[in-house]
Amino acid sequence: MKWIALAVFSVAPLTWADDATTFLIRGATVHPVASPEIDNGSVLVRDGKIVGIGRNLTAPKGIKIIEAKGLHVYPGMIDSGTQMGLSEIESTRESVDTGELGKYTPQLRAEIAINPDSEHISVTRVNGITSVISLPLSGGGEGGGRRGTPPPSTIAGQAALVHLDGWTWEDMDIKKSAGMALRMPIVAAPGGRGGGPDAAARLTYSDAKKNYDADLRDLHEFFQQVRRYQKAKTANEKDFHPDLKMEAMLPVIEGKEPLIVFATRERAIRDAVQFADQEKVHAIIANPRELGKMGPELKARNIPAILGPTLDLPLRDDDPYDAAYTLPSQFFKAGVKFAFGSFDNQFSRDLPYQAATAVAFGLPYEEALKAVTLNAAQIWGVADKTGSIEEGKWADLMITDGDPLEAKTQVKQIFIKGKNIDLDNKQKRLYEKYLGRP
Amino acid sequence: MKKLCIVAGAFVAAALAAPPVVIQNATILTVTKGTLNGSILIRDGKIADVAEHLTAPTDAQVIDASGQFVMPGIIDCHSHIAADSINEGSVSVSAMVGIEDVLNPGDIAIYRALAGGVTTANILHGSANAIGGKCTVVKLRWGKDAHDMIFQGAMPGIKFALGENPKRAGNPTGQRIGAQNVNYRYPATRMGVEDVIREAFTEAKAYQQSWKDYNDKVARGEAAIEPRRDLRLEPLVEVLEGKRFVHAHCYRADEILMLLRVADEFGFKIRTLQHVLEGYKVAKEIAEHGAGASTFSDWWAYKLEAFDAIPYNAALMMRKGVLVSLNSDSAELMRHLNDEAAKTMKYGGLNETEALSLITINPAKQLAIDNHVGSIEVGKDADLAIFDKHPLSNFAKVEKVYIDGELYFDRNKDLAERTAQEAEKKKLLDKEKDLLRRNAPARRPAA
Repeated sequence: MKWIALAVFSVAPLTWADDATTFLIRGATVHPVASPEIDNGSVLVRDGKIVGIGRNLTAPKGIKIIEAKGLHVYPGMIDSGTQMGLSEIESTRESVDTGELGKYTPQLRAEIAINPDSEHISVTRVNGITSVISLPLSGGGEGGGRRGTPPPSTIAGQAALVHLDGWTWEDMDIKKSAGMALRMPIVAAPGGRGGGPDAAARLTYSDAKKNYDADLRDLHEFFQQVRRYQKAKTANEKDFHPDLKMEAMLPVIEGKEPLIVFATRERAIRDAVQFADQEKVHAIIANPRELGKMGPELKARNIPAILGPTLDLPLRDDDPYDAAYTLPSQFFKAGVKFAFGSFDNQFSRDLPYQAATAVAFGLPYEEALKAVTLNAAQIWGVADKTGSIEEGKWADLMITDGDPLEAKTQVKQIFIKGKNIDLDNKQKRLYEKYLGRP
Repeated sequence: MKKLCIVAGAFVAAALAAPPVVIQNATILTVTKGTLNGSILIRDGKIADVAEHLTAPTDAQVIDASGQFVMPGIIDCHSHIAADSINEGSVSVSAMVGIEDVLNPGDIAIYRALAGGVTTANILHGSANAIGGKCTVVKLRWGKDAHDMIFQGAMPGIKFALGENPKRAGNPTGQRIGAQNVNYRYPATRMGVEDVIREAFTEAKAYQQSWKDYNDKVARGEAAIEPRRDLRLEPLVEVLEGKRFVHAHCYRADEILMLLRVADEFGFKIRTLQHVLEGYKVAKEIAEHGAGASTFSDWWAYKLEAFDAIPYNAALMMRKGVLVSLNSDSAELMRHLNDEAAKTMKYGGLNETEALSLITINPAKQLAIDNHVGSIEVGKDADLAIFDKHPLSNFAKVEKVYIDGELYFDRNKDLAERTAQEAEKKKLLDKEKDLLRRNAPARRPAA
């Protein structure tokens, strides 16, 4: 139905000027990411989609023209790990919806809890971030705050890929179930039994190991249960009862939806790879803090990664001081595809600087830019729609006065699906209000 | 003992005899005297000359910094690294404790901060109570002992804290549900926080008077009994007498204004407001009081009182006449304060020099150490950070860091030593494995 409506609409306008999402940007340096940059280039957008890029595009008659001489056009950036719309004030429980009670809650959908009026959305997008992955994460229903974080769930629910614009979460939707969030069991974690980091500290190694083994067994058992459910459903067995948890897992075991596997250390990454092999699922490693010897393993299986903040401390006291800074270049050298995620709403707008620091410590610049644009779109399976400036994709764009990976650069305009987005937000309003205070 | 003195004497002599260093062909960001391409001469730990053309003394060690940028060592006005403990939160006024007593020169965070270009930091007590413990300004002299890290001559400080943190212990709703053994501690509201500070200074004034009375009597030759020393009130008397700086953790405009008025009432000054995320709302009052502001570049929304934080805060307060610095409050953020400074160019349109001043000369002024550090000027300590690119570029990294003319961080040296360190670590791990394999318990030192 939607498709039909769109088709009719795209035929309807008689002139190019009718629609606010139809325009020509010209005179800019265009950075398509998927292809070399174009000086004095133009981008032609019709009905929110890119229909032309190049040096000598003729402006169709009557079209709105955006003069961008001396400016740059980049694809909008994608933050591949946030809690956008789910968490407003980290330490205020009532404003946080990131973690539900229960160890296995795959039926939970982040998208339906995204508050489209979250102040984080307008604050983040003015820095050129036009879409984000929003993830359920910690368990326990007590908020994702730093204090008193309850034991994490193992499978927390479905992550959504959304645009940072829309009247409702349905408007924002790019992909409802972009991935299933799984936290790989680890040794020394409370494993859902003790509760809190203090409990973990009290565990002996053998107890922690026992918990870990049990958690891993549980996880495999859960997947076996899903397979039995799938079999029963397919066979239309007499006693078959629908189960929402099982239903939510079907796309995962069918390879249609990736598992977003949170794995910090090398050992957890190894476990994740082994798990993906055994359960024949499509995995994405999330927020790893080291690569160790896992590069070839990930590369051989085409398992991509979402790298967390580059600006982070090393894991161990005796790690090189720049361990986190060089992690992206280690992944690059190993041939593992990756994108960046901030994993923290308040720093989502700093996503490009995460990429820049990686460049300072060895990552080629083009790879850093891809890791906040095209790579992310490819990893999330939406590279036909966004992530670069190419014909046929949405006009998710930003116009800047320089390199978006540099903090001093100003983002002049952003477009989401061709819509010129208001750059106003709470912080600008407060700034202007108090700038004017006598 | 004698031998020890001789050794020490020889050491001092050797240090004094250290050859001069010339850093040449660099872009020098002096912060206070403009930017030039040229050289810096370091002699006896001080900046002896800064010039476009400079003839290196024949005995000088010459560092070629072609294409590189030298800036003053970064100063962090709010850090908690290098300390074994941070909060004495059992009481609402813990002025008797101090960070100096728990400095840990072995904290790896010191080296990591050096590798981010930081040379000086104000190490603060935590924010658990309205009046916290005493603070210490240190230079990040990695490898030296705790005493040798202390910035000699820096004004002593004390930490105050307003808002959510000090009232949490009185109203622990933010804690985990079912948390056992909660000890409620006054205050539980911002009203109570004000009261704690006013009560403390009322006591301090009386204590100050008791000493004045005693000293007056002694001066008159009258018999007098010395008042009992009160280690909790002594630092507050120092505050009243302008001998100790107040560094006050605060967020909301109301509590900022409250503290300024309490200080006015008791006749002392707030040296710096720390975090001060709503400082932009009362910038006029802050400037009038003469308090400095030390804030974050763009942190917000991590707690309710940080929800009106704006990344324009530093720039706006600066425009309204407040002396502003950017701090870290974090061992991680501390490593890239130059990146944080760059954000003020985006948010609020500061120029390069203004942005750099936020992490150099301004915090130096706030800590009253600006006659020693904070800019590249002849006569100041040779505390310098050399970057491979302009430090306000997010693509820049630190190559070398000098404190008192001594090289404390060198990226090339760090890289070169990694192989040997890996080998050493492996050897130690192998040894441990070997011991375990032989089922022999690791030998413990004799009790």
